[in-house]
Amino acid sequence: MNILTVNIFINGTPREVPQGTTIAELLSQLEVTARHVAVEVNLELVPRARHGEHKLCEADSLEVVTLVGGG
Amino acid sequence: MPTSTPVPDSRLPDRGENQPQSSDVLKIGTHHLASRLIVGTGKYSSYALMGEALALSGTDCITVAVRRERLIDARGQNILDFIDTDRYTLLPNTAGCFSAEDAVRVARLGREILLSLENPGADWVKLEVLGDTKTLLPDPIATLQATEMLVAEGFQVLCYTSDDPMAAKRLKQAGAVSVMPAGSPIGSGQGILNPNNIRICLEYLKDGDPNYPVIVDAGVGTASDVTIAMELGVDGVLLNTGIAHATDPLQMALAMKAGIEAGRLAYLAGRIPKKLYATASSPETGNIAPKPR
Repeated sequence: MNILTVNIFINGTPREVPQGTTIAELLSQLEVTARHVAVEVNLELVPRARHGEHKLCEADSLEVVTLVGGG
Repeated sequence: MPTSTPVPDSRLPDRGENQPQSSDVLKIGTHHLASRLIVGTGKYSSYALMGEALALSGTDCITVAVRRERLIDARGQNILDFIDTDRYTLLPNTAGCFSAEDAVRVARLGREILLSLENPGADWVKLEVLGDTKTLLPDPIATLQATEMLVAEGFQVLCYTSDDPMAAKRLKQAGAVSVMPAGSPIGSGQGILNPNNIRICLEYLKDGDPNYPVIVDAGVGTASDVTIAMELGVDGVLLNTGIAHATDPLQMALAMKAGIEAGRLAYLAGRIPKKLYATASSPETGNIAPKPR
């Protein structure tokens, strides 16, 4: 049996994830410290409180950002 | 939270409200800063060096940028591992944005991270909307639009702008909690190129509102630039490259700290007017008889 997947883009890079994957699960797969990042899906910010319930859909485009040095 | 006092006050006579003291805090919107120096965190050769320089500068407010997480190199260092977020109020910027819409998105993303960090800086933003990559000059129309959008969303907006007095006035009218004219182009180290424009900005922005904070942001190359800005009567200086790219960033951090204190004190003290001819400092009477010649 094939696991159903969806194709998404994370910071411009294509990636296949199991259907029903939430943002929280994705961040955990990516080994990202959740409180150090913010996530946008299709240009809309998804607050951290909703990461556990927000499931990713086919062709979703994600921006996963953090803080860096800047002036 | 803020611990350092920006100026030594114990040796000064009491001169009422002009007396710099621990209450001489920089108030920007609802934020109170003990130091009038805001320091950027970019361009240091290492995060460890950055941490040391920030500490020596005496600042309690540091700017940060929002960028894509490097997912390929997830083991890489994160700046947040080198910043004591209990000590510093973070000021997230929208650097690298060229449209009002993108600046608003970046501001929201920065706020989201600062909320997670429970940092007090979550409610403000240093707005930068640039016109092009060569000059890094602000796009005045897009900056104004973004200010209006962010103010409507409840952000306290600190607005990077050129030293144009009319643009400054419009940004304040749009609700910016601070207008931050550039002394000269970002990272150029040219100092305060047009002090007269900064003076007019100050006159307009503080008209009937003397406590409105005006901060020189960008272009500062060395300590005297900071002092000159402060002597003009601005409320603070925001800088990054001047420290980060100095030959010895730690020494320069100390110099910038001293520069801001000197400039603030000199401003409060009130400088003498400039005159064309000399005025003797020693008494002009009681001289001994000159030898006949």
